Amino acid sequence: MLAFVIRRLGVMLVTALVLTFVVFFLTNLPPNLEKLARSEGSVRMTDAAVASWLEEHGHTGSVFYRYAEWLGVAPGWVNTDEKGVTRGLCIGQRDDPALAPKFCGIFQGNWGFSTVFKKTVLYSLGKSMAATGWLMLAVMVVMVPIALVIGVLAGMREGSRTDRVLSTFSIATSATPEYVSGVILVALLASPATGLSPVLASWGWIGGKTLFMGTATSAMDHITFWNFALPVATIALYGVGYIARMTRASMTEVMTQQYIRTARLKGVSFRQVVLRHALRNAMIAPFTVIMLQFPYLLNGVVITETLFNYKGFGWMLVTAAGNNDIEMLLGASVVAVIFVLVTQLISDIGYVFLNPRIRLG
Amino acid sequence: MSFLTPESGWADMSEPLSWAAIFGLMAKQFWPVWVALVVTFVLSFRFKRRLGLYGKLFDSPVAIIGFAIVMFWVFTALFANIIMTFDPLAQLGSVKNPLPGAVVPDGAEGQYKWFLLGGDHLARDVFSRMVMGARQVLIIAPAATTFAFLVGITLGLPAGYIGGRLDTALSFLANLVLAFPVILLFYLLVTPEIRNTGIPVALAAILFLIPIAFFAILFQSRFHTSPNKRNLYVGITLVLGLWVYSGLAFNADPLGVWGMDPNLLNVFVSVVFVNAPTVFRIVRGIVMDIKSRDYVAAGQTRGETAWYIMLWEILPNARGPLIVDYCLRIGYTTILLGTLGFFGLGVTPESPDWGSTINAGRKLLSMVPHPAVVPALALMSLVLGLNLLADGLREESLKD
Amino acid sequence: MSNAVWDPSQPILEIENLSISFFTRLREIPAVMDFSCKVMAGEAMGLVGESGCGKSTVALGVMRDLGKNGQIVAGSIKFKGRDLVKMAEEELRHLRGSEIAMIYQEPMASLNPAMKIGAQLIEVPMIHQGMARVQAWALARQIVADVRLPDPDRILNAYPHQLSGGQQQRIVIAMALMSKPALLILDEPTTALDVTVEAGIVDLVKDLGQKYGTSMLFISHNLGLIMDVCDRLCVMYSGEAVETGAVAQVFDDMRHPYTQALFRSIPLPGADKNARPLISIPGNFPLPHERPKGCNFGPRCDYFQAGRCDAGDVAMADVPEGDRHASRCVKWDEIDWHAPPKARVVKEKAPIGKVVLQMDDLKKYYSVSGGAFGGGHAKVVKANETLSFNAHEGETLAIVGESGCGKSTFAKVLMGLETATSGTITLFDEQVQSTPIQQRSVDTVSSVQMVFQNPFDTLNPSMTVGRQIIRALEVFHIGTSDAERTDRMLELLDLVKLPRAFADRMPRQLSGGQKQRVGIARAFAGGAKVVVADEPVSALDVSVQAAVTDLLMDIQRQNKTTLLFISHDLSIVRYLSDRVLVMYLGHVVEMGSTDQVFQPPYHPYTEALLSAVPVADTKVIRKRIVLEGDIPSAMNPPSGCPFQTRCRWKSHVAGGLCDSTMPPVQTLAGGHQIKCHLGADVLAKMDPVITFAAE
Repeated sequence: MLAFVIRRLGVMLVTALVLTFVVFFLTNLPPNLEKLARSEGSVRMTDAAVASWLEEHGHTGSVFYRYAEWLGVAPGWVNTDEKGVTRGLCIGQRDDPALAPKFCGIFQGNWGFSTVFKKTVLYSLGKSMAATGWLMLAVMVVMVPIALVIGVLAGMREGSRTDRVLSTFSIATSATPEYVSGVILVALLASPATGLSPVLASWGWIGGKTLFMGTATSAMDHITFWNFALPVATIALYGVGYIARMTRASMTEVMTQQYIRTARLKGVSFRQVVLRHALRNAMIAPFTVIMLQFPYLLNGVVITETLFNYKGFGWMLVTAAGNNDIEMLLGASVVAVIFVLVTQLISDIGYVFLNPRIRLG
Repeated sequence: MSFLTPESGWADMSEPLSWAAIFGLMAKQFWPVWVALVVTFVLSFRFKRRLGLYGKLFDSPVAIIGFAIVMFWVFTALFANIIMTFDPLAQLGSVKNPLPGAVVPDGAEGQYKWFLLGGDHLARDVFSRMVMGARQVLIIAPAATTFAFLVGITLGLPAGYIGGRLDTALSFLANLVLAFPVILLFYLLVTPEIRNTGIPVALAAILFLIPIAFFAILFQSRFHTSPNKRNLYVGITLVLGLWVYSGLAFNADPLGVWGMDPNLLNVFVSVVFVNAPTVFRIVRGIVMDIKSRDYVAAGQTRGETAWYIMLWEILPNARGPLIVDYCLRIGYTTILLGTLGFFGLGVTPESPDWGSTINAGRKLLSMVPHPAVVPALALMSLVLGLNLLADGLREESLKD
Repeated sequence: MSNAVWDPSQPILEIENLSISFFTRLREIPAVMDFSCKVMAGEAMGLVGESGCGKSTVALGVMRDLGKNGQIVAGSIKFKGRDLVKMAEEELRHLRGSEIAMIYQEPMASLNPAMKIGAQLIEVPMIHQGMARVQAWALARQIVADVRLPDPDRILNAYPHQLSGGQQQRIVIAMALMSKPALLILDEPTTALDVTVEAGIVDLVKDLGQKYGTSMLFISHNLGLIMDVCDRLCVMYSGEAVETGAVAQVFDDMRHPYTQALFRSIPLPGADKNARPLISIPGNFPLPHERPKGCNFGPRCDYFQAGRCDAGDVAMADVPEGDRHASRCVKWDEIDWHAPPKARVVKEKAPIGKVVLQMDDLKKYYSVSGGAFGGGHAKVVKANETLSFNAHEGETLAIVGESGCGKSTFAKVLMGLETATSGTITLFDEQVQSTPIQQRSVDTVSSVQMVFQNPFDTLNPSMTVGRQIIRALEVFHIGTSDAERTDRMLELLDLVKLPRAFADRMPRQLSGGQKQRVGIARAFAGGAKVVVADEPVSALDVSVQAAVTDLLMDIQRQNKTTLLFISHDLSIVRYLSDRVLVMYLGHVVEMGSTDQVFQPPYHPYTEALLSAVPVADTKVIRKRIVLEGDIPSAMNPPSGCPFQTRCRWKSHVAGGLCDSTMPPVQTLAGGHQIKCHLGADVLAKMDPVITFAAE
């Protein structure tokens, strides 16, 4: 087991390095750097000026070396311009160049400075991830139990009316991406002009103009049901359908297994057959799906946060990408990649623990 | 239907339409689709016993509904020019966001009189944009999915069949791509700056070669015993393939028939790139299962080449799950394209595709929902149809 | 409660005129028609028939577990006087597991993989008797010991996959016995197990049946097994019972042509491929919706009489002199049941020619990495150890052994799918042991071909039959044009006695036996000189087996083919082979002519194997030797002699030699080889396993 985890961690590390390098490479392509130079320096810089700006700010040289610098395994660049000002990757604005450390990459905790948010990357990342953390937590709490219950109920009697109804619901929701369900939910529940809200308002049942709030910006400070329900529902709805379908497929398969017949012919009641005999076996596959859903949530989160203007990780990623905020984007991708890899690891280990055949085989 | 025509006086020319009239007029507008659907279904039902898996689809109500929805959009895309009421890019008047059923201001002679489903913030006809959007989606989604399948199959077969180090290496690559957050990948790949670096073209150059290699190996492995046939088939594959290849990957078709907008190429490559690893995994799994069958062993003891066994003994027997996944994946790709459009990536802003229309419409969503809701419902129904079709197919293919 | 009103002299189970149908979208498919049978207390009733005859459906009908599509359309099933057909679901649930228990074919699939054995066992008394957990656990412990499993405590705390197949089936039996049911239904309980393991299970079932006084409904396709276990039997054909009666009566004085044909098509001791060949049943098993009018067996029956046999439904008729003996045949009292079969053709023995295949000291080792997580050290599996033998032109060499004995590995090395670790294989004067198949010449490849075991797997499901044969011709460079190859393909179909129209069929339109014939045609496409037949008939029904073996023998006579016949079934081996090679855990433990191997002296393993194979002949007396335990894993073979862990002769060898030293190969008279430490004196004193009762 230990050997397995260590090996997996090794593969993970290699994957993380390769992926961050790809991101580094793509974000540090010459056109991006030129754009950076013009936005940081001046828009009207000549090409020669851009080149020298890049030179001064350590953006030239081999991409591998710059990646190593960024990681913190190669010494950071130091340049002294003709005015005698010494700049360096590790030298702060008011610091004495002589006292600056040699290495300062992400390994040393130096994730860089965001050009859009005008804060350090770590600070912005931390803040946005906290916001997204709450969103994800709420989504998981809503989504997973509902999906599992729907999946199990539909799958335990394949072809029954319950199955038909629940399956149709799951297929419909998994065919509704976040940008569609979000739009429809807002139109139905959070528009003063259409849907439910004008009716409710005219009846005097709601105080404001709309039932729910169409943006979740206020949830950054204070989460309430009315500002958080729609973004959560938007993300959860798609996931519910997907997980429920997986659970149903797994459940129907388990219900046709010989050992379920054995249990039934032992005289076990249907309820007990489902709860004691089928459930654990049926949970193995959906567990993996749920864990792998986390990385996918990232997609949904980006869309939903943009749609509802909730300044979490996804919103930040979009803003950073849209504004050529290279260091922010790099930091965000490190987080995203590690997040995906860790969930995959947990999914693998959990799978092994749920499945005695693998654990002890 | 005559009572629905404007001449009948039933619908007043100067008044906005009621919802019933809107639906009536839309149904009329879709007439080529109805004709095509009726023809398809009548023919399919008549010959369903002779049509294999496609015929069996008509035994399952779920599959029939799914198929009907999908074909509705396919025919809509096909006949978009007849169905749409306006040029999807034309700005009709100065009123922003006209409501569904509103009268088009100062309509010229012979022009359609209403915004059937309203207009957007630039007063473009939402109905026509939705119809034209179907064409956009249905050209690129199936094509990109097909490419992703060819790439996934070509790499998944040897990974599953030969295994060993090759499998380890390919699986590592696949996992690498899968571990990349999709949205980030798109932001990095589908930007105008990237296009200048030539990376998408390089990726396209590699990815688009794989289908040619696929078909060349397919014929080579089967017909190496009779060189004449082999030369003919492989030759045709290479000539045709490389011709299309020069056009699609490098936009350098000497005859100028094949070509792809660089923006579109970007999107196309990214979508293939994201989907292929999943297909790879599925194929690899199925191959590992099938390769222990006796008919594979029989091929081996005949001295068949590995590629023959993979392509002619294993692949045809993996078709069931692959077809089901293909339907599902077209749906995912549609969603993915919508996501791209939603973030304004890779498409021109005035493009009528559903994703970017939703994005454009969402800004005024809470006041005037129709510009966003119409394409949203269209996209949802198409994906729903594909999902239902896949579900029905899965059930039917499991039945015997 | 029901016991109080039930009179033990009445049948435990009484099925009357039962009809069961499955309903598909297209039509109603009758699976069982007008089936009646009685099982008395303590009696073991056998249900025998070929696949698709409805025997398992009867069992599931008794359990009322026919799934969504199945339905009992007529008749009654009375259990202790109460009709199960009319019983409410809840009442039924109380009967299941407590009064009626069922055991099926695949033990691994019958046990819940995610629950410990103990939890699965104690559930039964906890549900039905409301027993407390502790008592239930104690009971489980006792019953696990009763089914002769070692170390019950460890077993109760294990998961199913940690046990071997034989142990799993014992657990399934234990689970069925947990609440001492009155009726036990066993559906092919040993088909998935090796013969030596099967013998142990059969023994156990018989003993427990007597000990607990349980009545049994024993379902099997194997007549020998039925004779071992049952008192009475019921022969089924195409959804109907065709003959029923006491075992001895039906075996010796059958009164239905199908029963007779069945017995004539199975290889019993005394059958011989040349002098007394088997007689296969002509034609095919009718599909449920294509059953003929009148007698279902009519079209395949030797005694068929138009106008009588196909006039209308045939009813069961009592055979007066028997004990509840009945037959569903209109002509049962007209037929001369003791007349010798007409169709028997005596065939000439094919001459045996020069050596075509010679193996010397062949070794094949694999290295496998241990553990699910890839950790641990790589282990070496010795799949074949010092394999030496030769095979002659026109000869049938049988290779006998149970799973894991290395017979498939040897086939792979011979075919060139793997290369040998050491040793030589000489094939027509060419050494091929280290030439993989890609580097072999087309001639070599086409001259060594293989016939596979599983008919459902042997043909590519998405290619027509003709196309698959033509592909073999293309690869073997036979014929110069497509037309020529098509002709050759049609000739090959003639060779395997299939209609030429089959060329355009897809494999799913063919029956198992027909597919196997196509497989044979494909193997002979390139004029194969050596054919490896890996259990070619073991997955086929008995009536088809005979036809397929006969076909192989005929082609062998025509082409002077060398046949390497891999099998675990000693009956068929005795019937068709010239020489026999017995393998155990990668070693050849005995080799000699068929007579030498089937007569004492035996290798102790051969002796056990011979005794384990059930023989459907009341005149044969078989010594019962039940091997302890399971076949050791090839990953972890025992020290010394590979068979020492299960050998009953071990005490006859002094000094613990069996534990420490690999036995030498002893060559006895006539070139008979035995790999054993036993002295010549002990070997000489061995008794034959099979003897014929004086007639």
